Amino acid sequence: MPVHAENEATLVAEAREGKAEAFTQLVNRYERNIYRLALNLTGNREDAEDVLQEAFLKAYSHLDQFQGNSRFYTWLVRIAVNEGLMKLRKRRSDKSASLDEMVETEDDAVPREVVAWEDTPEQRYAKTELQSILSEAVESLEPAFRMVFVLRDIEDFSTQETAELLNLSIPAVKSRLLRARLKLRQRLNKYFTRG
Amino acid sequence: MLCTEVMRQLSEYLDGELDAALVQELEQHLSDCQDCRIVVDTTRKTIEIYCNTEPAPLPPEVRTRLHKALARRLAKGR
Repeated sequence: MPVHAENEATLVAEAREGKAEAFTQLVNRYERNIYRLALNLTGNREDAEDVLQEAFLKAYSHLDQFQGNSRFYTWLVRIAVNEGLMKLRKRRSDKSASLDEMVETEDDAVPREVVAWEDTPEQRYAKTELQSILSEAVESLEPAFRMVFVLRDIEDFSTQETAELLNLSIPAVKSRLLRARLKLRQRLNKYFTRG
Repeated sequence: MLCTEVMRQLSEYLDGELDAALVQELEQHLSDCQDCRIVVDTTRKTIEIYCNTEPAPLPPEVRTRLHKALARRLAKGR
């Protein structure tokens, strides 16, 4: 077992025994990742903060249910994803799209605008400006695409893990990922086009 | 291979998950089709930019509120 994972298992065991310091160490280790995930999933700072808090509070309350079959971090992400989904469903009544609405059509999968980018277009922007461009583009995706893109390409989970985290089939993950990538490419065109 | 087929296989090609025979067909198409080449290149860059960019930091006030909420919960014990 890698040292990092072994250490994680020890911390989880100690937290289960009621050692608050051990759980705090787990929080310190993953709070940034969970916040980034929550922010990308919900596209909203207030919701992201709620998801962050709920994910860690629920993880602590349900530590006994953690089987140890996966990494603690994967289990934590699953809780955060569920919290994020609940936030999005609550917002469904407003302008946000349904998570499952008609995402399998392919009408917009074909690129409409084909223009080349510079070799390293991201260098055109300062760090914070680039972060803001990228966040806005992700937030503009429909939730069904955003969830898959965030887990696969930002959080680096495999297709199989993403399917399990979102209760989707592997073909559905692949199809949504392709469309999310193409939509993002299209939305970033105006910032990164050569010339 | 047609352009529409290239688009269908794009993700798996970029993820290195495409069958070798299909890779050869797809790359043959790319050598003749500038539009598809651009789409493949810009989609690859899209993924790379997201992979390589540092995430926005956790705002200190958000972290403080998280740790306060946790301290209250942890004080109750398991």
